[in-house]
Amino acid sequence: MANMAQAIRMALHYGETNLGVTDVFGEDVGPPLGGVFTVTQGLKTAWNSPLDERGIIGAAIGLALAGDRCVAEIQFCDYIFNTIDLLKLAGLQCWISNGQWNVPMTVMTPVGSGIRGSIYHSHSFDATMTHIPGWKIVMPSTPIDAYGLMISCLKDPNPTMFLKPKALLRVRGKEQIPGEPPLTPEGEKMLKEMIDAPLGDRSKWQPRWPEELSDFTVKIGSARLACEGKDITVVSYGRTLPLCEQAAYKLHDEEGLSIEVLDLRSLWPYDWEMISESIRKTRRVLFVNEDTEVTNFGEHLLRRVVEDEELFYCLEARPRLLAGAFVPGIGLADPIEMASVPQLTSILKTIREVLADKA
Amino acid sequence: MKQSPKSKTKFKLDKGLLVRIHDLMVKTRMLEERLVRMYKLNDGYFWIGGPGEEAFNIPLGLQIKKGEGKDYDYLHLKYRSSGVLLTMGADPMDTIRQMKNTATDPYSCGRSFVNHQSIRSWNVIPITSPIGVEFATSIGTGLSQRRHGGEGITIVVGGDAGTAEGEFASTLIWAARPGFELPMLIIVTNNNWGISTTAASQHGEKWISDRGKAFGMRTLTINGNDVEESYFAIKESMEYVRTERKPVLLEALVSRLYGHSSASGANFISDEEDPLVTFETNLERAGVLGREEMNAIREKYFAEMLELSKKVREEPMPDPSAIYDYTYFGQKGRYW
Repeated sequence: MANMAQAIRMALHYGETNLGVTDVFGEDVGPPLGGVFTVTQGLKTAWNSPLDERGIIGAAIGLALAGDRCVAEIQFCDYIFNTIDLLKLAGLQCWISNGQWNVPMTVMTPVGSGIRGSIYHSHSFDATMTHIPGWKIVMPSTPIDAYGLMISCLKDPNPTMFLKPKALLRVRGKEQIPGEPPLTPEGEKMLKEMIDAPLGDRSKWQPRWPEELSDFTVKIGSARLACEGKDITVVSYGRTLPLCEQAAYKLHDEEGLSIEVLDLRSLWPYDWEMISESIRKTRRVLFVNEDTEVTNFGEHLLRRVVEDEELFYCLEARPRLLAGAFVPGIGLADPIEMASVPQLTSILKTIREVLADKA
Repeated sequence: MKQSPKSKTKFKLDKGLLVRIHDLMVKTRMLEERLVRMYKLNDGYFWIGGPGEEAFNIPLGLQIKKGEGKDYDYLHLKYRSSGVLLTMGADPMDTIRQMKNTATDPYSCGRSFVNHQSIRSWNVIPITSPIGVEFATSIGTGLSQRRHGGEGITIVVGGDAGTAEGEFASTLIWAARPGFELPMLIIVTNNNWGISTTAASQHGEKWISDRGKAFGMRTLTINGNDVEESYFAIKESMEYVRTERKPVLLEALVSRLYGHSSASGANFISDEEDPLVTFETNLERAGVLGREEMNAIREKYFAEMLELSKKVREEPMPDPSAIYDYTYFGQKGRYW
């Protein structure tokens, strides 16, 4: 019953043991802390870098160009914005060299709201990142997907961006990651004792990694059918995905509605086939994410829907996007944060609106 | 801060090497001047290059451990480094192809400006237009080569104006982490200009190399317009980095003979020292080469580059259908 932080940690361990990962680095990534969200505790290749985001991304590019396989962390995505041109540089190395160079690196960074992180620990990055060609971009909402997507990232010959929804990093999974202890309270306790660093002095601590961890992968570009339904398609990812699932269950149980929820989990490339097939079935669609609503990635998906002749003319309601308010940041006070990004109530409200809409 | 041309009647380098360096300097200059002419003849949209840096770049190119992989030198060069690459054996026709943005341009297939080379088989990282980013990426190859060991080193070259970018400070910090020093030759070719802005108006430090002293690294500032001073400073620095696996910050004072780029006219700047003229004067004084011999070399390369610039007009332009190719490794055609 690993949580997402543990799942990513196990995937990174598998990577450094079996997939040639040479470096997992960033601010406070190495011992003693092992990452501000504990994602890198106990990894033998984890080390602390200077507090220098541009240096971190530049170093990752150089390591990748030299043929090493690294995972670089930016502690919060709020601090990745000053590396945008280097992210662009990583994404264009193959293209500008006409295929000579590739950059097999992974960058991971916590994103989104949900921990009352105020303006500089709550931002989203999916809208900005999906504007940068040459990268593959993933964002899991479950521990098992986090494991499988990280393994896929570590195998990919291109730069990969692993967005960690920070609000979900402590949420435990319902599916067993191949090799992890049983999904029981005892198994959960066992895993914690094996791979979570103790509080206090950690100088003598060594993790005991599950021995049966495997090459389990989630293919980049494949969405997940989180909830099957027939009345409306709701496409989401990251923090808002479990909220969409909750909404689907609530509307089913209380109002008899049938909501299909797709977990996109891979933003680039994305699973257009699953999205379009679902829309053809339900004839209504709502995209939900928490990045700011102007030039939002969901707007791109909306464009695909309305430009696809078959999809557009099969719609029985206006396609909609529910996203974060276009404000400079997420304010700290609870009512401000709740009003700035989609919550269960706003998701429920919008689903009902789409269902009530007459084409 | 520039130094006066040095008058010499004796050289320490042997005659054969001096003749070779001269040949490569002339070849580089003739290539760059051909590129400027191509721009003015509308045979290319933009020119940027390195005439004025030959006395430093050729000695650098001669001493690079050329090859692919960590056992060889990684090169994070800039758009004024044509002399380095010609010295390593690059075909001038390929740079002319990049100037003309033809499909035959082996560096970028018509996608990038001239002198933005990329040669994986020689560890030449794609050269970029934004200044300073090469400092950031050099950290990574430096880290990799530190771990790998051997004699291969990371060489990064930036300009004086680019040292104002944060990446330059990043490189100094990352290269000098206690116990984790990186085998890097960090070079700043200081031409005293950032497009139209003088270095003196922006830099309070006396020498850029002084910034390395704060990190405990070996530093030096040299006259990059002097072939021998450049050659021996590079040699000594490389030997130190290769064996000690620690960084050196080398600042070379050089000229910028045709301004920043075609954006500033690409006209010859007569009040800058021409290192080729200085070198030829000294070669003649020392009896290494005669004026007629040197003129003949110049005429030979002038004709050669002219011929190449005519030939390139016959080569195909990129196919528009190829715009998506290699957005991802090994991928061709539209990918979404």
